Amino acid sequence: AGLTALSTGCTKDLDQVPDYSANAEVVYSDPAQIQQVLARLYATYAVSGQQGPSGQADISGIDEGFSNYIRVYWQLQEITTDEAVLGWNDGNLPSINTMTWNADNEFVRATYDRIYYQIGLCNEFIRQTTDANLASRGITGATATTVKQYRSEARLLRAMSYWHIVDLFGGGPFATEADVLGTLPQYKTRAEIFAYVESELKALDGTDASNGGLLAPKAVYARADQAVCWTLLTKLYLNAQVYTGTPRYTDAVTYANKVLAANYQLCTTPSAQFSAYQKLFLADNNTSEARNEIIFPIAFDGTRTRGYGGMTYLVHGAVGGTLSPATIGINSGWGGFRARQQFTALLTNNTTSTSDARRSILYTSGQRLNVDTLTAFRNGYLLPKYKNVTSTGVKGSDAAGDFPDTDFPMFRLADVKLMYAEAVLRGGTGGTAGTALDQVNEVRRRSGSANLSAVALNDILDERARELYWEGHRRTDLIRFGRYTTGYNWALKGGVNSGRDVDATRALFPIPNTDIVANPNLQGKQNPGY
Amino acid sequence: AWAQATTGTVTGRVTDTKNEGIPGVTVVIEGTQLGSSTDVDGNYTISNVPAGGRVLVISFVGYTTVRQQIAVGEGKTLTVPAQALSESATQLGEAVVVGYGTQRRQDLTGAVEQISSKSFVKGQVTNPEQLVQGKVAGVQITDAGGAPGAATQILIRGGSSLSASNAPLIIIDGVPVDNTGISGATNPLSLINPNDIESITVLKDASSTAIYGVRASNGVILVTTKRGVIGDKVQVTASTQQSVATVAKYSNVLNADQFRSLVNTYGTTGQRAVLGTANTDWQREIYRPAYSADNNVSVSGAAGNLPYRASVGYLSQQGLLKRNDLTRYTGSLSLTPVLFKGSLRVALNLKGSWVDNNFSNQGAVGAATSFDPTQPVRSTASQYSVFGGYYESLNPDGSLNTLAVRNPVALYDLRRDRSTVKRSIGNLTLDYKIPFVPGLSANVNVGYDVQRGRGTTFIPANAADSYVRNGQNNFYSQDLNNYLLEAYGKYERTLGPGRLEFLAGYSYQKFENRSYVFDDRRADGSIYNPVALSYSGQSTYLNTNVLIGFYSRLNYNIADKYLFTGTFRADGTSRFAPGRQFGYFPSGAFAWRLKGEEFLKNSSAISDLKLRLGYGQTGQQDLGGSYYPFLANLSLSNLTAQYQLGNTFYRTLRADQYNPNITWETTTTYNVGLDYGFLGGRLYGSVDFYKRDTKDLLNFVQVAALQGLSNYGNFNVGSLTNKGVEIVTNLDVVKTDKLSITVNANATYNQNRITKLTNSDSPNDIGQLTGGISGGVGNTIQVNSVGYSAQSFYVYQQAYDTNGKPLEGVYVDRNGDGTINSSDRYRYKSARPNWILGGGANATYKGFNLAFTLRANLGNYVYNNVRASSFYDASTNNFLVNRNREVLSSGFTSAQYFSDYFVENASFLRMQNATLGYNFGELLKKGTNLGLSVAVQNVFVITNYKGIDPEIFSGGANPTIGIDQTIYPRPRTFTVGLNLGF
Repeated sequence: AGLTALSTGCTKDLDQVPDYSANAEVVYSDPAQIQQVLARLYATYAVSGQQGPSGQADISGIDEGFSNYIRVYWQLQEITTDEAVLGWNDGNLPSINTMTWNADNEFVRATYDRIYYQIGLCNEFIRQTTDANLASRGITGATATTVKQYRSEARLLRAMSYWHIVDLFGGGPFATEADVLGTLPQYKTRAEIFAYVESELKALDGTDASNGGLLAPKAVYARADQAVCWTLLTKLYLNAQVYTGTPRYTDAVTYANKVLAANYQLCTTPSAQFSAYQKLFLADNNTSEARNEIIFPIAFDGTRTRGYGGMTYLVHGAVGGTLSPATIGINSGWGGFRARQQFTALLTNNTTSTSDARRSILYTSGQRLNVDTLTAFRNGYLLPKYKNVTSTGVKGSDAAGDFPDTDFPMFRLADVKLMYAEAVLRGGTGGTAGTALDQVNEVRRRSGSANLSAVALNDILDERARELYWEGHRRTDLIRFGRYTTGYNWALKGGVNSGRDVDATRALFPIPNTDIVANPNLQGKQNPGY
Repeated sequence: AWAQATTGTVTGRVTDTKNEGIPGVTVVIEGTQLGSSTDVDGNYTISNVPAGGRVLVISFVGYTTVRQQIAVGEGKTLTVPAQALSESATQLGEAVVVGYGTQRRQDLTGAVEQISSKSFVKGQVTNPEQLVQGKVAGVQITDAGGAPGAATQILIRGGSSLSASNAPLIIIDGVPVDNTGISGATNPLSLINPNDIESITVLKDASSTAIYGVRASNGVILVTTKRGVIGDKVQVTASTQQSVATVAKYSNVLNADQFRSLVNTYGTTGQRAVLGTANTDWQREIYRPAYSADNNVSVSGAAGNLPYRASVGYLSQQGLLKRNDLTRYTGSLSLTPVLFKGSLRVALNLKGSWVDNNFSNQGAVGAATSFDPTQPVRSTASQYSVFGGYYESLNPDGSLNTLAVRNPVALYDLRRDRSTVKRSIGNLTLDYKIPFVPGLSANVNVGYDVQRGRGTTFIPANAADSYVRNGQNNFYSQDLNNYLLEAYGKYERTLGPGRLEFLAGYSYQKFENRSYVFDDRRADGSIYNPVALSYSGQSTYLNTNVLIGFYSRLNYNIADKYLFTGTFRADGTSRFAPGRQFGYFPSGAFAWRLKGEEFLKNSSAISDLKLRLGYGQTGQQDLGGSYYPFLANLSLSNLTAQYQLGNTFYRTLRADQYNPNITWETTTTYNVGLDYGFLGGRLYGSVDFYKRDTKDLLNFVQVAALQGLSNYGNFNVGSLTNKGVEIVTNLDVVKTDKLSITVNANATYNQNRITKLTNSDSPNDIGQLTGGISGGVGNTIQVNSVGYSAQSFYVYQQAYDTNGKPLEGVYVDRNGDGTINSSDRYRYKSARPNWILGGGANATYKGFNLAFTLRANLGNYVYNNVRASSFYDASTNNFLVNRNREVLSSGFTSAQYFSDYFVENASFLRMQNATLGYNFGELLKKGTNLGLSVAVQNVFVITNYKGIDPEIFSGGANPTIGIDQTIYPRPRTFTVGLNLGF
């Protein structure tokens, strides 16, 4: 007893707290700081930690630069397909290119971990900003409405990440703000998470902005507004057959129509240096006409939003060989991505004009058409689509040429137009075949290719490839068209030069072994084939 | 009580061999509780001694105990003739420094090894840990290479942690020092002058370390500095050592002609086009013979009751790498007065050091092994003038190729990277014998350890390595403040059949780590990236760790035969949440001194035999940079990690991962030891068996998705075991007045096994990948897996052709599933040695002295990253990378980083040091002494390892062991030393 008394008397100094960070009680009592937390939910797509370009990493177990959201997501969506290869000697990266990954693959794991990291951050934000918490921290009235709007955005971002889980992994662990931090989440199936994402998005769509609902389309740059919600619903329903076995094409048309009715326009005016299409992927795509087409940009900045994922990766990774980095607005190429010859053929086939702006981006000097050796950068043509120069040819704001200003177009109008056409062609009601053809031709005309006289479903897949290559859509598209694992092969698919069919189970990535080890609720829930 | 008439009084004096009185000596009448200790002049008085024949036992640590027959007369005062004690000839009486006190070696119950100055490694020793490298069983000391002041890894009994620190607690003269390291000094111990050190004691088992509870799991090293002794005359010692260091071995890379031939065979057109015509040996360009001077002067003595010692030291040490040097000024003062007739002992220790580092650019070490040898150092061609005339790799458009290796000479010529680090350690100890209560004393110790690290990096705008940002002109600054308050009481008395010593105390220590942030500037001083102020708007970041402990120890000694020790410590740390801050660490030990038993007492063959049994628990809370792992906080992003919404950029607030339940890591140690002495004490040593189980590892582990706020976090998960044997042998081969030869040897076997890593024992778990390599990004070569040693290599099994040549990209399908993927990697050997051996000999003949120290590690493997990177890479863009000669034998043209072909047995035998000295004695003048010595460090290394050095530790923020990415060469150093005493 004496010792206890002494210890309490002398031990107050053991309670140390730093002054360079703050606890939730302090932060969530101040609307300005709450907005800084909201900004962080968006920043997860762009940065990899709190230091920039690296340091104070968000997640661990992999090189920090590798762990960025856009980077890991893009990688699984693109280099597993005909659109790109990436031949670096980084751990088990080669097996992503050849569809031979296993459940220990660190790039699959980083994708999974990054998506769940974002869901966890969103959960925590929503948990801290419940009406009860706001009231108890003295946030009321119009201020409370503003914070509720932030909360709606957090829910939308969380729904987007759960959609990524549905698309890439099928089912997975599931928790919301209602779950106590520290408890092990339960497993939910693909259909269950799909249903949750759908209900969240519809609830958000049904809430008025004056009551803390989402912002109107284009209200504030780079915020997740109603149009983002509708685009996401369109994507969810267009792929519902894959996700749940039940087609929902009419719902897809419904929400595509909502986007098409909002005030977005294709970017159609070329600059002296660049085509209208190319302008979508330049350093000033947040201020140029491109801004009118991009529904949900991930904002990057050469001096203020830095990282080794995101645009830094996409711009540097595409440059190498004889392609001059200076023309792309950067100081060096990383010698990474090349197109596989099957995709190059799609881009150059006879439905596109030789002057098609999308095709003109191909860079062939010093490169071979065919990809025979994964690690040989000269194998395959280059596609320097993302550039760190403005539409007037000025280099981005980072004087050193490391970090681009270019924003990543997560969702843009041309995608929605093609989704609309596809949903209609697949039997969705609420649109017409004529409008579908018009939407496709608008997209084609913008880049200088002739109108199609008629459009069939398979034309949509090819047009999506030409229009949206290297924007992170290809894997999902190929799966929806039944061409991912079988029915269409490309160089190095399955680990052989000419490509071969792979097991249908490769359409889903494995739940990483690390999470099955860490969460007993996932025992026996591994996807088939792994 | 005895009647007055039947007792007498005994009085006397105890002196050393110089007839100076020794205070504090214990004098007891055997078989009674009567006793006294000597006063400041060595006098003692014992009254009420029963008359008759008695035995007086006079004992003092460090001296041979004397037993004297006396006859006490009734009512009389017997004056015993002055008794001179001699310093113990055997090790047994030696005073050994232990936690909160000293003990006679023969009374030790734990696994404790003490190396005193006369046994230190000699020759050029600039850092304290080098004094005992190879000298102590169970202690593995590995430096990060040959740079002056390089970081050092000290691993005692294999280390007890995985993610948490494996560094031992280091206590200098009673002050536990900060081992976090400071900006500007890679090795915090390099700030201590080894010439001031008297002894280094290593506490290895829990029964000796548990009194330091919280920080004791990885062993405790007690450093005691030199001090004056009462009765000493003024003694001035001056010494100087002049050294020259040379490169012992160069990395085996291709020369220019071999490289040209290689590129012409395998290279692409573009690569062949950039071949040059020069023949440059880059390694010989960047290294030089390095000169060092180490000068020391000390004055010691006693002014009456005030013993003192003061010293100053000056070390000027060049590194092998050009422009790399270190200058160190040190001073120390020790005052140890004895006041109030010996009842108050005061010790004041002050140490200060000032180190100026010139780091050069150690990136040149690696660059020199990979830069194209066909290119010149300098070129007069116009395109290089913007880079100061140094040759650099350019893009075809003439711009700088920023991905290429940079010109090694330009790397250091165009860089000024300097730091000044100041450190002071000091403490004041008061030890007071409470009057009127015999045997009770109180001890108070207040101390500090403050460090200031300041540095500047200047890179001119034309330097290629910072060209894209127009150079650098940056500062860094860090302050470490460590305050200590300790107080304990000690009570000694005879109780029952034995003698009891009880100690209880309180300890408070506060560590403050403050770093300052500055604008990131270009060479011209303009701001490249502005400083980011902290959440509270400041340009400093302060981390604090407070440790509070309550400790106690009980020693009970029955007839010098049965020795019991029990300790208990309750320790609190600010690193854990309130309610989880305190950990409780008990220990117990028993020793049976068989030599004290009748049947051995008179044996001349067996001079010592003692069995020790020990058990104890120790803790670990040091998570390195993670000061508040339990705290649910949001951290503010930097200015370069903002996010744009609308037209505004926001510094974001991130909810950080935390673990409110995080608490102590606990290591339980079992130790069985035997101390032996044979042949009249000429052959002596010890054997120890130990088992150390660590549970609740403070582990940075994967967290289930959505369970926390990140995918990894600090959790108490997992356990590991270290089992081992330590054998120490010393042999006095010859011991005469003229000739003496002593030989010492130690051997340690340690087996490290991870026994648990996750909460669910899943067969899917491969473990934690670790051990980053160079080549690719984020690649690792080691794994921590259950059932294996930490840092086991995790590799593919190489397939070979019939001639034994490795087949490129062909590996054994170990799981037989028909495909080669990461499921075929297996655990192969470990970077940790099975055996660590050390030994040496010391021979003295008249004035001559010859000594050497040998060290060996057996069974340690190294991933030779230099060889693994030696494939012909046709994908580099417009620049060339030189290779190890391995490429000629393997002929690989693609990276095969994960092949076991590159994991090599790196067992070695190294002669650490050989010294020949001659003592001229009183050559100059009576009362003086002159000594001369010549020494060689790193005399030879015998190994099959193919790299330049088989001992590989990376240092740095995320240290690795056993991954050789080219090491700053450890020099071979020749030293001449002169010692003058008067």
